[in-house]
Amino acid sequence: MDFPELLAQLLNGLQYGLLLFLIASGLTLIFGVMGVINLAHGSMFMIGAYVAYLVTAHWGSLWLAVPAAALGGLLVGAALEAGLFRHFYAREHLDQVLLTFALILLFEEFRSFLVGNDFHSVPVPALLDFSVPITPHFSYSAYRFAVIAICLLLAALLFLWIERTRMGAIIRAAAEKPEMVDVLGIDARRVHLTVFAVGTALALVAGALAAPLYSVYPNMGDGVLIISFVVVVIGGLGSVSGAFWSALILGLVDTLGAAYAPRVAGLAVYVLMAAVLLWRPTGLFGRRA
Amino acid sequence: MMHRVSEAERPPRHRSQRLLLGLGAVLLAVLPLGSSEFYTGLMTSGLIAAMLALSLQLLVGCTGLVSLGHAAFYGLGAYTVYAITPADHSLSLILTLPAAAAVAGLAALLVGALSLRTRGFFFLMVTLAFGQMVFFIFHNTKLGGGADGAYLLRPTLSLFDWQLPLTRRQRPLAYYYLSLSLLLAMYLGLLLLLRSLFGRVLQGIRVNEQRMLALGFNTYRYKLAAFAIAGLLAGIAGHMYAMKEGFVNPELVGWHRSAEALLMILLGGLATLSGPIIGALAYTAIGEVAQLITERKLLVEGLVILLVVLSLPKGLSGALSGTAVWLPRRRPTSRPPSEASRHG
Repeated sequence: MDFPELLAQLLNGLQYGLLLFLIASGLTLIFGVMGVINLAHGSMFMIGAYVAYLVTAHWGSLWLAVPAAALGGLLVGAALEAGLFRHFYAREHLDQVLLTFALILLFEEFRSFLVGNDFHSVPVPALLDFSVPITPHFSYSAYRFAVIAICLLLAALLFLWIERTRMGAIIRAAAEKPEMVDVLGIDARRVHLTVFAVGTALALVAGALAAPLYSVYPNMGDGVLIISFVVVVIGGLGSVSGAFWSALILGLVDTLGAAYAPRVAGLAVYVLMAAVLLWRPTGLFGRRA
Repeated sequence: MMHRVSEAERPPRHRSQRLLLGLGAVLLAVLPLGSSEFYTGLMTSGLIAAMLALSLQLLVGCTGLVSLGHAAFYGLGAYTVYAITPADHSLSLILTLPAAAAVAGLAALLVGALSLRTRGFFFLMVTLAFGQMVFFIFHNTKLGGGADGAYLLRPTLSLFDWQLPLTRRQRPLAYYYLSLSLLLAMYLGLLLLLRSLFGRVLQGIRVNEQRMLALGFNTYRYKLAAFAIAGLLAGIAGHMYAMKEGFVNPELVGWHRSAEALLMILLGGLATLSGPIIGALAYTAIGEVAQLITERKLLVEGLVILLVVLSLPKGLSGALSGTAVWLPRRRPTSRPPSEASRHG
């Protein structure tokens, strides 16, 4: 394997890992703060991709689709939290699993009703439809660079929000000791609503950004959901920085595996997860037992 | 509380309930005699689903472990039949059934050994991921016919050189009664298991694992044994699927199947061993009706699940009998029920 190809695969892995982080961070935050399992998180990714498809098909611009997905995600997330999830925080895991499984089925039916069951491709925005030359023999897609940049920006904003703001401090406290947050008289409902809305919006944005790269198809959220779970397991429950590093590791392992050992690549992430479970059952970056 | 736990695994106490169960069993035994081949087949599917749900109940209702990867063992059971059956002649059930059970049980032992190092949400996610790993193996490699699945020669009902003579028209009926006997055996076996010390420890783990640890039980080993047994029983259910359909495909292993099995349990009721059976039969019937009235089967399924989760926390058996729950449910938090802490 020559160097430019390796570089291309590394960049692809980085870009994939960062997208995974956008999805998994919402999942791990929602887990960590509210203690609720959301299987429908993958559907949010799917909805984001379809938003991108519909917006670009009607108005011809992905630039409009990404903010639309973000705004739509905030609204959908807030509505789901206030309408359904709020009543399930104290319920058993089994109830949460089945509630969110039902949501997956309903979202897929809704999608099928609205846009049908065909595969669709979404064009890369014209402005970014070129390659950036890196060496004389190697150039890399400008759109993928843009995705990397946007994901890094969002990750930075997310870290600033969690580490530097009052709301972020409450979120960290709630992930650590939820009873203390209640005792301190903080209105947890506002925090829950915000966390759920932001987490959902991140998944929709990831879907919209991914649409031109992987095309748009039914049940596309399923695979993403599973691999996001693996990210959260490796990263440690409720840990956003853990999710960041483990998403990058998994993105690279999966991409390099697909390029250099395609027959076993799909298994690599699971083997990695098994290894982490053997070594550190609470995740590489997890603190709690 | 200890009193209630030790009482918990008894068969249904109320005479009316026992009567109902007996009636149900008799009904199941005579029902196919008057029905068409199609409905016999459908009912067999219901019984196979009931075996799957019942095997999962050992984890969910009894031990308090919510696994989202149970279909992996179901699928492994079915794929084992495919893997060991040669292309030119079929094998005896005497050979295929133990093989399917053993493969599924061993796989469960392995997956359980890793997944049980985690708890709660982690356990859910890890079982889901391992289940998808099995799905991936069958879907993306040529090991089991790939994404399209594969046909297989059905196992025969034979012993050494003797073979039960079956015409093509008798076959559905034979499969029905075979499935019914296996389901009944599974039900009675689990009932006995829950009465043993082993079963009591499992129920103790569901109510309060810390206390069982403090009492000196190695809870990890008990949970692992339960996980392996549940996987083995799911393998038997998978074997019956392969035998009935003569076909295997990766969807058997997919996590949607696992979630459906969980739904059957919740639909029927978490608190009893008969719950999953009632739930599985009801779910099969609902699916069939949904298919008859609409093309959007998933929509109906989704709405049914939503309805059950929102309004039937004790399941159909709880709603029907109105009797007390006989397996106490664990609270979502790790805090033990208050009465347990008073009498423990």
